[in-house]
Amino acid sequence: MTDGIFVKTYDAPPFKRNEILRYSGIKQEAPEMTKIVDECIKEATDKAVYRVCYSEISVQMENDEVDFGFAKVVSSDLSKNLYLCNSAVVFAATAGIELDRLTAKYSRISPAKALIFQGIGAERIECLCDLFNNEISCLKEKEGKFTRPRFSPGYGDLPLEFQKDIFKFLDCPVKIGLTLNDSLLMSPTKSVTAIIGIGENQCRTADIDKCGNCSFKDCEYRRNK
Amino acid sequence: MKITDYIKENILFLDGGMGTILQSAGLAAGELPEYWNITHSDLITKIHFDYYNAGSDVVSTNTFGANCLKFSDTELDEIIKSAVSNAKNAREQCENKENKWIALDIGPTGKLLKPFGDLDFEDAVTVFSKTVKIGVKYGVDLIFIETMNDSYETKAALLAAKESRDLPVFVSNAYGEDGKLLSGTSPAAMVAMLEGMGADAIGVNCSLGPKALSGVVKEYIKYSSLPVILKPNAGLPKSVNGKTVYDVLPQEFAEDVNELIKQGVRIAGGCCGTTPEYISKLAEITDKTSPVKLTKKEYTCVSSYSDAVFFGNEPVLIGERINPTGKKRFKEALKSNDIDYILKEGIAQQEKGVHILDVNVGLPEIDEVKMLETAVCELQAIINLPLQIDTSDVKAMEAALRRYNGKAMINSVNGKQESIETVFPLVKKYGGLVVALTLDEKGIPETAEERVKIAEKILEQAKRYSIEKKDIIFDPLAMAVSADNNAAKETLKAVAMIKEKLGCNTSLGVSNVSFGLPQREVINSTFFALALGNGLSAAIMNPYSAEMMKTYYSYCALNGLDDNCSDYISFIETVPQVNTVVAEAKATVSVQSEEYKSELQHAVIKGLKEKAAQVTQELLNTVEPLSIVQNEIIPALNIVGVGFENKTVYLPQLLMSAEAAKSAFETIKKAVPRGASDKCSFVIATVKGDIHDIGKNIVKLLLENYGFDVTDLGRDVPPEIIVEKTIELHAPIVGLSALMTTTVPAMEETIRLLRQKAPWCKVVVGGAVLNQEYADKIGADKYAKDAMETVRYAEEINSAINK
Repeated sequence: MTDGIFVKTYDAPPFKRNEILRYSGIKQEAPEMTKIVDECIKEATDKAVYRVCYSEISVQMENDEVDFGFAKVVSSDLSKNLYLCNSAVVFAATAGIELDRLTAKYSRISPAKALIFQGIGAERIECLCDLFNNEISCLKEKEGKFTRPRFSPGYGDLPLEFQKDIFKFLDCPVKIGLTLNDSLLMSPTKSVTAIIGIGENQCRTADIDKCGNCSFKDCEYRRNK
Repeated sequence: MKITDYIKENILFLDGGMGTILQSAGLAAGELPEYWNITHSDLITKIHFDYYNAGSDVVSTNTFGANCLKFSDTELDEIIKSAVSNAKNAREQCENKENKWIALDIGPTGKLLKPFGDLDFEDAVTVFSKTVKIGVKYGVDLIFIETMNDSYETKAALLAAKESRDLPVFVSNAYGEDGKLLSGTSPAAMVAMLEGMGADAIGVNCSLGPKALSGVVKEYIKYSSLPVILKPNAGLPKSVNGKTVYDVLPQEFAEDVNELIKQGVRIAGGCCGTTPEYISKLAEITDKTSPVKLTKKEYTCVSSYSDAVFFGNEPVLIGERINPTGKKRFKEALKSNDIDYILKEGIAQQEKGVHILDVNVGLPEIDEVKMLETAVCELQAIINLPLQIDTSDVKAMEAALRRYNGKAMINSVNGKQESIETVFPLVKKYGGLVVALTLDEKGIPETAEERVKIAEKILEQAKRYSIEKKDIIFDPLAMAVSADNNAAKETLKAVAMIKEKLGCNTSLGVSNVSFGLPQREVINSTFFALALGNGLSAAIMNPYSAEMMKTYYSYCALNGLDDNCSDYISFIETVPQVNTVVAEAKATVSVQSEEYKSELQHAVIKGLKEKAAQVTQELLNTVEPLSIVQNEIIPALNIVGVGFENKTVYLPQLLMSAEAAKSAFETIKKAVPRGASDKCSFVIATVKGDIHDIGKNIVKLLLENYGFDVTDLGRDVPPEIIVEKTIELHAPIVGLSALMTTTVPAMEETIRLLRQKAPWCKVVVGGAVLNQEYADKIGADKYAKDAMETVRYAEEINSAINK
């Protein structure tokens, strides 16, 4: 229904085994574990989908208020992230409902596998976001612009409530089958919404370290603790 | 003229895009276009008017998102009233008023249905019903359900439309580039369900351009006896200088759509990016009055949320194991509401290669209506095989059919008038392939000829309900050959006669034939082979029987149904050659057991499920069940548990051990079904609004391992239900889980209500966002940081009770 919202479908990016292990909480891989991780990856391979819907819009900022045109939001962390940006790509990505089905199925017969499917789901959706994000960054770089690390509702002081505005704007249910429930949880669960800030010149660059800017220092999943 | 008559002889043109035009007129992204029916009524009327004049026979009201989830009841009425009136005004003003219709447009709710979302199926039906009723009240001519990308939601919408009023209903789904709905549904499965439920026309719209949709459209034309709809986008959107443009222009669009009209599409229009110009081009080049003739398709099939299964070519295997008859452990599971047990039976049969699962949960002591509905919902959430709903309770049958996500197989109807009068209306309403038993008021006839006569009578009756022959599959009833020497012969003869004389498919419950004989598998598999030779289409059978599976795979190989015999070869590789396997198993056991106190402890600690079960089975010959639990399983679990607490064992390993322990328990349970838990009851749930349950499931598994009597209420559980169960069981402990900050208030509310109504119980909470501070704030007795901590706390409470 909505114009200016684009949909992209990707082929499966390669699996990053180490990331799956990290998300699954596996710190040492015993042989028994290797076997079930392999089985899970095999089973998830043709189940995951890779869909993104997105739109590029201009942004305006005053103090801590960010105006996206479709909505305004107050967040000092987002304002910092978008410092010197005058536009942004707002996107929603999902790895699809079949991963939820697999997790649901295995939580009935093998919670260990269910846990690994959770890990696979987290890794899949991150890979998809990276893929999409890189594409946007490369494109913008060619135009002489910079992009910022993606920022999602719930990061820092950006309220989760902002999900509602993003969903309305991107028409996620129709575009990629992604829905939001009353508690602001997304279904399919392996999904991400985020904002990639874009600025006109090279005075800022993207931070490579995904975890470096996060204030949650005790996070179990933090890279390079 | 009625639209349903018109489409029999003519091509019908729908309208094109609405959103696209509204946006260029200033509708902001995220703004609800339905309000424009009221605020910009002239513009909306003009758009309808332009479409009528461009050649559209039907325009759809601007009500895509008009539902009570987005608007209040008064607003909704107002919006639909204006929307219909806009379309009516356009029709009044247009050039040629004759044969112009108005469709009430209905899009998806934007919510995902349970269990993966939070909208209940019946609530979805209610949401759609409200919209339909208002549309009907203001005088639309038909209902157009469109852009649906989830099969289950489509079913809810179609059911609402059919139940609200007898207007024609068109249903159109949005397919992705992979040729499936976002819910994973194939076109054949969608056709099966929608035709079965009585849609008047079905098809595809949105997502892609006409060329990209042609594959899906051809599938529709192949399988559907109904007129097929095609309403594609003007290709894909591109951003050019900040403006959105679509890459297929009117001329190309019209040519592509016309090409598919020549192949059988009967109803055509456009979706996103199309304008009156597209429709007028299409009308210009299409010969409206000579459509491809509609043909009845004779496919017999059933479907799940993802795929259709066809009868008549390859034999169809229907797994019989979800059935309590003669199974102590299964009965026990039903009585204790152990749904996991049923699911495991389903998954295991799928792994053995069955195509459909029979679901029979009838037991005098339980509420079969509730249980069958629950079993069907739970099975279809995680298994993509079609289900055969097997019950003699008509209420249970209807409850299950209503919630079934697809076209079900229904077991069964028979020649008795009462059966026909109660079952056929359900088949008609919900769709389905019904198994018809060749028996009647006088019982089961002895001869094949008389059974065929009953079959003929059933077919005759089916016509009265407009149920087609292809949707009936006959079961000429396999009887015990030990009781009557000619029983099998007559049944086999009836199979052949029904196929040749009536042209119908057949199904048999094969294993009845060997009743009363030793080594039943031998007789069963031979009878199965003979029946297949006589043209049997399907068998309800035990897929764990190697003999039956051997017959199936060899039959397919011998009948040219298995390319390069590859299925046969890969199957036969899995059939154990007894001697070598035993030797290998022994060898591995002796190597590993040296390091550990016992083989069972080793299996549990290493997380070896199969081995834990196997060793337990052996131990049961010599050791008391309770002693196995206390001296073997619990100590092994403790070793792993302490390791976890000391961070030398990680969560996945802990879970593997817990699973191995569970399979040992399961083995003990099979031997001693009434081995009641020796510890107190524990009610566990993920709180309302939260659909994450992996953490809760882990805690449950460990608690069960340690002997607690766990009642799992699932996820997204309202406070009242948790309280009710706690009171009913007088449970001393309740465990609550929440993942999100947004669902912690629901946890708080649950605790508040528990304090009020069940003041004796202790509440332990956990979940990603929780910490001690949060737990204190919401008044929990205990914050447990992980599953082991919950177990330790439960042990404390349990020993306090037993003191």
